[in-house]
Amino acid sequence: MSSDTAAGTRPHPHRPAPAPAAAPASASGGAMSGGARPSAAGPAGTGGLMARSGSTAGAAAGPPHGAAEGAQRVAVTGWGRTAPTAARLVRPGSYAEAVAAVRACGRAGARGGIPRGLGRAYGDAAQNAGGAVLDMTALDRIHVIDSANGLLLCDAGVSLHRLMEVLLPLGWFVPVTPGTRHVTVGGAIGADIHGKNHHGAGSFSRHVVRLELLTADGEVRTVERGTPLFDATTGGMGLTGAILTATVRLLPVQTSLMCVDTERTADLDDLLARLTATDHRYRYSVAWIDLLARGASLGRAVLTRGDHAPLDALPARARRAPLSFRPGRLPSTPGLLPEGLLSRRSVGLFNTFWYRRAPRAMTGELQKLSAFFHPLDGLPHWNRIYGRSGFVQYQFVVGHGQEETLRRVVRRVSERRCPSFLAVLKRFGDADPGWLSFPAPGWTLALDVPAGLPGLGAFLDELDEEVVGAGGRVYLAKDARLRPELLAAMYPRLDDFRALRAELDPRGVFTSDLSRRLAL
Amino acid sequence: MKDAFGIPQSLLVLGGTSEIALATARRLIARRTRTVWLAGRPSPALEAAAQELRGRGADVTTVAFDALDCTRHEEVLGKVFAAGGPGGDVDMVLLAFGVLGDQAHDESDPLAAVRVAQTNYTGAVSAGLVCAKALQAQGHGSLVVLSSVAGERARRSNFIYGSSKAGLDAFAQGLGDALHGTGVHVMVVRPGFVHSRMTANREPAPLATTPAAVAAAIEAGLLRRTETVWVPGTLRVLMSALRHVPRPVFRRLPL
Ligand SMILES: Cc1cc2nc3c(=O)[nH]c(=O)nc-3n(C[C@H](O)[C@H](O)[C@H](O)COP(=O)(O)OP(=O)(O)OC[C@H]3O[C@@H](n4cnc5c(N)ncnc54)[C@H](O)[C@@H]3O)c2cc1C
Ligand SMILES: NC(=O)c1ccc[n+]([C@@H]2O[C@H](COP(=O)([O-])OP(=O)(O)OC[C@H]3O[C@@H](n4cnc5c(N)ncnc54)[C@H](OP(=O)(O)O)[C@@H]3O)[C@@H](O)[C@H]2O)c1
Repeated sequence: MSSDTAAGTRPHPHRPAPAPAAAPASASGGAMSGGARPSAAGPAGTGGLMARSGSTAGAAAGPPHGAAEGAQRVAVTGWGRTAPTAARLVRPGSYAEAVAAVRACGRAGARGGIPRGLGRAYGDAAQNAGGAVLDMTALDRIHVIDSANGLLLCDAGVSLHRLMEVLLPLGWFVPVTPGTRHVTVGGAIGADIHGKNHHGAGSFSRHVVRLELLTADGEVRTVERGTPLFDATTGGMGLTGAILTATVRLLPVQTSLMCVDTERTADLDDLLARLTATDHRYRYSVAWIDLLARGASLGRAVLTRGDHAPLDALPARARRAPLSFRPGRLPSTPGLLPEGLLSRRSVGLFNTFWYRRAPRAMTGELQKLSAFFHPLDGLPHWNRIYGRSGFVQYQFVVGHGQEETLRRVVRRVSERRCPSFLAVLKRFGDADPGWLSFPAPGWTLALDVPAGLPGLGAFLDELDEEVVGAGGRVYLAKDARLRPELLAAMYPRLDDFRALRAELDPRGVFTSDLSRRLAL
Repeated sequence: MKDAFGIPQSLLVLGGTSEIALATARRLIARRTRTVWLAGRPSPALEAAAQELRGRGADVTTVAFDALDCTRHEEVLGKVFAAGGPGGDVDMVLLAFGVLGDQAHDESDPLAAVRVAQTNYTGAVSAGLVCAKALQAQGHGSLVVLSSVAGERARRSNFIYGSSKAGLDAFAQGLGDALHGTGVHVMVVRPGFVHSRMTANREPAPLATTPAAVAAAIEAGLLRRTETVWVPGTLRVLMSALRHVPRPVFRRLPL
């Protein structure tokens, strides 16, 4: 695509984000910079990259290597560990290496490439069978933190975990965080992620001022918000190009603690009523539903809502270091667990325990930020508990006024007795303009189910019909099984997306298993 | 591409009229499979099979393929892989061709026996390698090979067929190991007696099963990426016992 068709983009080869002299890209040490290659990912960083026999084991964590043609293939999956495919893993250590890698992806017979962050998408979005997977996590510099204006310029491979470590002591927080800190800025934009504050703050892209995109032609474009290329890229699942840097608006905070109200709701109607009536009073809100509960307690939930605690809410001792950020971590889940550990019974017991343990109503509880936002991050590799067949996360949204559909889905999942750990329900606010961006005003429900559950594929197809019938959609970052024919009904801007891609990347240099499966 | 449950979107069947293969295709089409190639010796039966699958919503193409004509495998199958499905790939290959032969007759007609061996073993080695190479280039896909319990231990009553399946089975296992880590999954399926055209005139053996049951076992194996599938599953236990029966006793078993 030429720059005139996407107003506001201007190609400038090989020259990303000139970092202002005050904070040179190479700065190391000090809170103003991410320094050289911090361990942003930690041990959880290798998500679904399974180096196999004859391949460079642990390549994801190894030293950066450029567009090495001879890079070994490794088997790659998403967080759900389903449908592994093999790809050449390339980990560019500089923008120039990223450009060279993309050029190599475009060669005849190369089967293209797809950027990958920390592999937290559940399905096949960051896989590319037979081609290249561009591991972006070596490009993880924090270039500028403009403390006066709350603006951040960073590489797309930096993780939200790392950003929190660096930003919190300065009194800033990421504008949107998902249920895990171990995602990259590139992944956050590529999937246009949402957090517990979606009803007020929208999705991640709302806070992105501009980004620099390495496109199929090997050029680096500055993409301003409000342009077609921006809207195709936010939620575009890496298919418009590799994001190299992003300028992001931050949220000021006084402390690193959360002030949380917890309520138990008796059933689904009770929950929906409370969310509708009082969600606007809270910055963050989410409900955990017990989908194994039946009868009168169908859809019973624990609703937690809150905001960053102001300084004066802290006890005197805590006020001395109000911004400290020390998330805990339990030992990693063992690699080999017997399948069937997750029986309906054990999951049901867990869910009941979780529900009973929650206070009926409690206000103003101070919680660690990690406990409030990322409870699962304390248990690295928890995705292994699903065993060999892996698991599927099903997440959909239906609009306001479609509560009946939501009720029906909850009832069907409950009746089917899917051994689903606490599912998440949230009320979304206004949508953002990304063409394939998932959130839309209404209700979103996300549930995890073991892929080995008999008949699950057909059952989820039936739920899709409910969702499409109600004008809703499923979330591509979680998907690994959608029937391709339903995509256009779910994403009305799909044709625009395809047209832009046909122009920008006619040879399909950026290709993923997801894009092949759904003909994106 | 395959979905989270291992169901392919595109399927290439080698031995396009095989009842087991068609039962499998029907089952997969009912889930996600949209593109099917039926490769086999041209015949009205092959066209009828294609037509039947079209009626189930698949886009079906027939391909002239003879297991015995190894010199042409690369060309014939190469074309299928070059065409590819909507996503451009072949997500699953089902190697289903095979002949039972007539043991009693073939023992005194070596050339007839050679035909059995060449179809079931040589033809499969050739076609299997051609497909494995293409799948490996794709970086994903399943190669499902219909072996047989008959290959597990040669029996007096059908050792010509049995030995050809033993060769095929060993070949497919080795191929599976060779392809480990390449994204390609090789599944060896060992059915017992299956009620099909192949066994139409024979006395059913104990634990006889149906093409539909084999299809269901294949679908389950795709989900778990199983390397060896027995149909019915109880045969695994039975055969591991039979394997250790001493020859003088085995010889006299009514098998
Ligand atoms: C426990 C858990 C909780 C979660 N909670 C939420 C939640 O609350 N809300 C939510 O929205 N999501 C949630 N997710 C999903 C997750 O936020 C998204 O899948 C996110 O995209 C993962 O980021 P990643 O860096 O791991 O990217 P990957 O999983 O590696 O990639 C995801 C997509 O982004 C693209 N991408 C990655 N980097 C770049 C880049 N540099 N340039 C262009 N494209 C790129 C990839 O091509 C791919 O399409 C959760 C996931 C987990 C495991
Ligand atoms: N039925 C059983 O009890 C049983 C048990 C264990 C394993 N198996 C195996 O399962 C597979 C399928 O068997 P089935 O029961 O479905 O039997 P089937 O219906 O008779 O299928 C056999 C297939 O092989 C094809 N074929 C034979 N020779 C060929 C050649 N030279 N080139 C191309 N195709 C050739 C046949 O095609 P044509 O139409 O051209 O003849 C037919 O499609 C076979 O490998 C068989 O050995 C069967």
